[in-house]
Amino acid sequence: MKNALTIFKKELRSYFSSPVGYVFIIFYLLVSNAFFFFVQDFFKQGQDSMRGYFAAMPWIFLFFVPAISMRLWAEEKKMGTVELLLTMPLKEWEVVLGKFLAAFAFLGIALLFSLTVPISLAYLGKPDFGVIVGSYVGALFLGSAYLAIGLYISSLTENQVVAFIISLAVIFVLLLVGIAPVWLNAVGSLVSFCDYVSLLSHFNNVTRGVIDSRDVVYYASVIVLFLYLNVKNIEARKWR
Amino acid sequence: MIHVEGLTKRYGTALAIDNISFDINQGEVVGLLGPNGAGKTTTMKILTCFISATAGRASINGFDTFDEPLKVKEQIGYLPESCPLYHDMDVATYLEFAAEARGVAADKRKRAVEKAISDCDLGKVTRKLIGHLSKGYRQRVGLAQALIHDPSVLILDEPTSGLDPNQIRDILKLIDSLGVEKTVIHSTHILGEVEATSDRVLIINNGHIVAQGTPQELMARSSGTTVFLTVKGQDVQAALGAAPFVKKAERLGEAVNGFQRLAIQSAEARDVSLEIFKLAVQKEWLVSELRAETASLEDVFAKLTRGQA
Repeated sequence: MKNALTIFKKELRSYFSSPVGYVFIIFYLLVSNAFFFFVQDFFKQGQDSMRGYFAAMPWIFLFFVPAISMRLWAEEKKMGTVELLLTMPLKEWEVVLGKFLAAFAFLGIALLFSLTVPISLAYLGKPDFGVIVGSYVGALFLGSAYLAIGLYISSLTENQVVAFIISLAVIFVLLLVGIAPVWLNAVGSLVSFCDYVSLLSHFNNVTRGVIDSRDVVYYASVIVLFLYLNVKNIEARKWR
Repeated sequence: MIHVEGLTKRYGTALAIDNISFDINQGEVVGLLGPNGAGKTTTMKILTCFISATAGRASINGFDTFDEPLKVKEQIGYLPESCPLYHDMDVATYLEFAAEARGVAADKRKRAVEKAISDCDLGKVTRKLIGHLSKGYRQRVGLAQALIHDPSVLILDEPTSGLDPNQIRDILKLIDSLGVEKTVIHSTHILGEVEATSDRVLIINNGHIVAQGTPQELMARSSGTTVFLTVKGQDVQAALGAAPFVKKAERLGEAVNGFQRLAIQSAEARDVSLEIFKLAVQKEWLVSELRAETASLEDVFAKLTRGQA
């Protein structure tokens, strides 16, 4: 665990060692706030709720989160630093976990800056903070699932752009299957399956302010599954 | 110490190394020599547990690279080919990271970083970004991270490639000084380097070890010593040809003012210029040149890796 922390510190530092990290956060805040306040016309709706903000989140994250995860392995592979990293006395899972946690922390920092929205809401009205806190927790779960997927896909290539596009595509499909049941009504069991598999349907529950253990289990499973695949993929270089 | 037995690595159908075996003792500096693609890097990647061998075993200080990779990794410092480093980190931060990741205890880390910085002469660039450093400095940072945890075994893959002659000399001097207490295995295709630093040389070609020994042994083994003699006297070639220590005496060019130049191959793999001198004295020849030349490692290398001398 100490080693995972070493990797965590290195990766988190590298997010902020160039302007990219700062630009990313600013751009994220601009897009998410513009969407909420202008596209969704917050000021005309007359509601002191962040439901619209969180409803847009799976789609905004779709573009932003793969950008956080894309470089984590791909860059190491491209630069060759992966060879030094993996010949240090660290276990594969420690490296994977450290990288994942760093990306998670970076996402958390970006979300932290978005707290200006609920603060504004509190100034303008009386929002239900229970729902908002619940939604933030849900957003972290959703983002973590995206990150785990993106991190795994980053380990499959040495090209960051490829990692970004494939992550985006995979997440997009996992979101779409949540909408699919509407036109899949004819086949009953497939509907509930699609509904269960989708990253979107579980998040919809969360934005209603309900944190159900089923949704938590779902996101945790996605995260664990992709981190596990990631570890196996890193170990695969030594299979014989 | 390093023990390698029957090591084989196959990439798909391509055989990178084929049934390689060797031992390297504590404190030895061994040069791994071979043309590009001979299997040097593959061997090193297996020793450092980056990849696994298809067959065979390798162990470092008694720990098997396949069964106990963490233990092995603790024993070694590794500088991969082309020296990959994080370009967005400054030198000191990177070395601190390396020390932490290589398991240097928190209270000894500062000391370890300082020592690596002074050993590799990085004092002037500690706060510079690695991406902004020259190749020579980067190589030294690579060496510093390999040394930071004071490992007993150092594995350096082409530590001098791409450096200028002064930088090469500095790095070789450093390797030489490290070899006093550490086991060092380094690869190169520059022969002068192994001659200068290595106690022993392993020549690899097409995935096989084609020769091993001290640089001197290898040179002697190739074609013995050639003595160049420029001499004026009677029946020179006949007398030399009859001498038991001479394998072959060959005239080089025409005689100039009665002085004939000859290339003499010794019968045994040693310098016979003393015997030739004695013979010249006995025969009352006039000698203007007497010089022994041992085959260079280049010759040995060419002969072993291309089948020609």
